[in-house]
Amino acid sequence: MTSSVKPLIPDDDADRLAAAFLGRRGFMGAGVAGGLMATPLFAAGAAHAQAGDAEITVDQARTAPIPIVLPSLGGGVAQQITDVISADLGNCGLFRPISASMPQGTPDFGSYKSMGARAAVTGKVVDQGSSLRVEFRLWDVMTGKQIQGTAYTAAAQDWRRIAHVIADVIYGRLLGEQGYFNSRIAYIARSGPRAHQTTRLAIMDQDGADSRYLTNGQWLTLTPRFNPANSELAFMSYANYRPRVYLFNLNTGQQRLLGDFSGISFAPHFSPDGRSVVLSVTRGGGSDIYTVDLATMARRQITSTGAIDTSPSYSPDGSQIVFNSDRGGSPQLYIMSAAGGDAKRISYGHGNYGSPVWSPRGDLIAFSRIANGSFSLGVMAPDGTGERILTQGFTVESPTFCPNGRVLAFCRQSAAGHNGAGFATGISTIDITGFHERALPAGSASDPTWSPLNK
Amino acid sequence: MKLKLLGAAGMALFLAACSDHANKNVNTGAATQQVGPAPGSEADLVATAGDRVLFAFNQNTLSSDAKATLDKQAAWLAKYPQVHVQIAGNCDDRGTEEYNIALGERRANAAHDYLVAKGVDASRITTISYGKDRPTAVGDDEASWAQNRNAITAVQ
Repeated sequence: MTSSVKPLIPDDDADRLAAAFLGRRGFMGAGVAGGLMATPLFAAGAAHAQAGDAEITVDQARTAPIPIVLPSLGGGVAQQITDVISADLGNCGLFRPISASMPQGTPDFGSYKSMGARAAVTGKVVDQGSSLRVEFRLWDVMTGKQIQGTAYTAAAQDWRRIAHVIADVIYGRLLGEQGYFNSRIAYIARSGPRAHQTTRLAIMDQDGADSRYLTNGQWLTLTPRFNPANSELAFMSYANYRPRVYLFNLNTGQQRLLGDFSGISFAPHFSPDGRSVVLSVTRGGGSDIYTVDLATMARRQITSTGAIDTSPSYSPDGSQIVFNSDRGGSPQLYIMSAAGGDAKRISYGHGNYGSPVWSPRGDLIAFSRIANGSFSLGVMAPDGTGERILTQGFTVESPTFCPNGRVLAFCRQSAAGHNGAGFATGISTIDITGFHERALPAGSASDPTWSPLNK
Repeated sequence: MKLKLLGAAGMALFLAACSDHANKNVNTGAATQQVGPAPGSEADLVATAGDRVLFAFNQNTLSSDAKATLDKQAAWLAKYPQVHVQIAGNCDDRGTEEYNIALGERRANAAHDYLVAKGVDASRITTISYGKDRPTAVGDDEASWAQNRNAITAVQ
């Protein structure tokens, strides 16, 4: 490993990453809040570092988290912004934030070096009443050069967004990959006795902050799935005792039925372009996979074996679908063309498989495996090779990839005692290497679905 | 008091309104004023035929016990031709959420098809599946799971 930290994406791209952050305030604040403006800050007393290839890879950072000096940006909201940046960087497991006092002017790189730091942040927060201006600079401690300098201006209430964007810029510039901190997770909030839990569609920031309910819990509600192209969810509701898939527009709060199928419609996943949904519909003792075009609501049946075909998920290029089927006698994973036709079984480990999801990077399929009464969460290549179990438990299921494909969120449940005591259900995250599992502060919850990066 | 004049059929409808879906306990408050459950009611179905059949892990095959219960349900339904039922399929929690929705429906469908084969008009029976989300027994042991792999018939 070399001793300097070089920027991995050009300054313009880093600025664009932040400037692309335009959205409208949505229904119950569920949409992404007001605009955020990013303007470059010129390098202070030091030449800009050269853009180049990644010097520290994600793989290296897993074993040796990058030490980064992160002084408090100030009191009040400035401290809160500092805390959110620090939590994002520390919780992903790839950085080790180091507290320090904010230097006057250019940092004392010598002392940072002696602390073992590789990178450092400086900056300040200017409270402009209804808006905030956050000046942020990222430094290479070894060379003393500024890697990034940007001033972000946004509505004061959007301070968390600014913090997540800054954490994403640090991640992107030091690791050469798009971060994922400025994103959300929709899920099912659960309460009440296990025999009849109240289920509400809910959404929170990816760090568990700002959680809110989207439905009132009147009906059993399951399996929300984010549209990768916009602020829309597909989910299953038992409204009026007719279990079916609905769409939920996060900007307007509007819900609409997705196709009027005679059977139970369930297990939705959007196509990568967000223009259609693939789902299952029960028929007789099995279930068929259909696609529904969202513009025309035209539907197309793509399996009809009579077996249970369910949990379909597209490859990121939209050409293939991985799904769960018991056509061979037990629930296993299969891959077929997105147009249907012959399917190839890809799961051959011990036990039953389910809930496959295709990574946005295309290289992995995450799944649940059930053997000997207990669950495992794993990944395999799309051809079924290289199966790796990431974590195990009484129940670990419903994996969902973060936008850059590096982390999975999933549902972890514990076994209940005879009277139901001891049952717990929550959302955890884990790196795709099986490293750094942690529980999200989402309370009693299940069925996570990770949003695309907030626009 | 018009309710008194309605008789068994009216009582069945009244109870159906209380029993708004398959896995909810029936409000038998009205029925307790009689000797035994009201004829044609959910409680009557439970007492006369049994409201549920059980399945093996990841199976929808009807056991001889299950068939005996469904035979009694078919006879009971023949006696009360005005009664409609919903069969809810359920699963233990040793499968994934989505697969279990399909498996529960497959179990409900197995009971449905058996009742239809025994002469019950298909228009009187609807099916639904709750997957693993409405367990009868809340524990996580073999005895609880066996209870939770079921198809429950409820008067509508």
